[in-house]
Amino acid sequence: MIYEVFRQERKGQAFAHAGSVEAPNEEFAEAYAREQYGRRGESTALWIAPREALHEIEDFVDELGRNYHRVDGYPLKEKLGRARERAEAARAR
Amino acid sequence: MNAQKLLELADDELILGWRNSEWTGIAPLLEEDVAFSSIAQNEIGHARAWYELAARELGTTADELAFDRQPDEYRCSTLVQLRLVPDWARTIARHCVYERSDQARIEALKQSEDAEVAGLAAKIDREEAYHRMHAEMWSERLKDEPRFSAALEELEPLFDVRDEHVPEFAALWEEMTMVRRSVAGATW
Repeated sequence: MIYEVFRQERKGQAFAHAGSVEAPNEEFAEAYAREQYGRRGESTALWIAPREALHEIEDFVDELGRNYHRVDGYPLKEKLGRARERAEAARAR
Repeated sequence: MNAQKLLELADDELILGWRNSEWTGIAPLLEEDVAFSSIAQNEIGHARAWYELAARELGTTADELAFDRQPDEYRCSTLVQLRLVPDWARTIARHCVYERSDQARIEALKQSEDAEVAGLAAKIDREEAYHRMHAEMWSERLKDEPRFSAALEELEPLFDVRDEHVPEFAALWEEMTMVRRSVAGATW
């Protein structure tokens, strides 16, 4: 059985995926995760979860190309340039 | 604490660490390979700490005690000398027998009047806790396996046997001290 392991590097930080271990049960998974992701003092805490317990979503539909939902949907460079031009023109008047 | 007693302890940890490290690269599964090798390394680390205490009493160094003695001077238990590769059931049985007996020994050392010994025992015990956890989870998993029960029965009486070396100890000593002997007196 595959267990996914997440580790926290410093207290208060978000957990990040560290890797996985193969183990026959949770107890073994804990021991193996400790050895693989904790024995060098690289983690303050670990989360261990059976792979099946994780729900993966990988289909993100955007049929209508609604790019305004995305941070890259508003290219600011051109708009800023135009705004600057207008400001300068206004000052010149 | 008596230097000979310290040597018993250090020799047990060194030779067991050495035997367990024979599984590196060939353990039954990759994760176990990492875990068991790490335990082996810990044991050798404990040996070093005990050798350092003994070395101060005997006016020598940890390395000289670990690698420069003659085979018949090693005081380790018969249990740790046995070469058990490639028998995983017997290896785990030895691991369980050793950890249980070692726990009692460490508990007693934690009460030692020698503050340094008591302190070191407490420190080592915190690491041994994980070895015991590892031993217990395997023993739980293998408890209905006849090869495992037979091995436990075979190995249990051997922890306290220290009067002579098993034949395969000679080969271990040869290999373990080979590099030191190849350039005697070298500094590394």
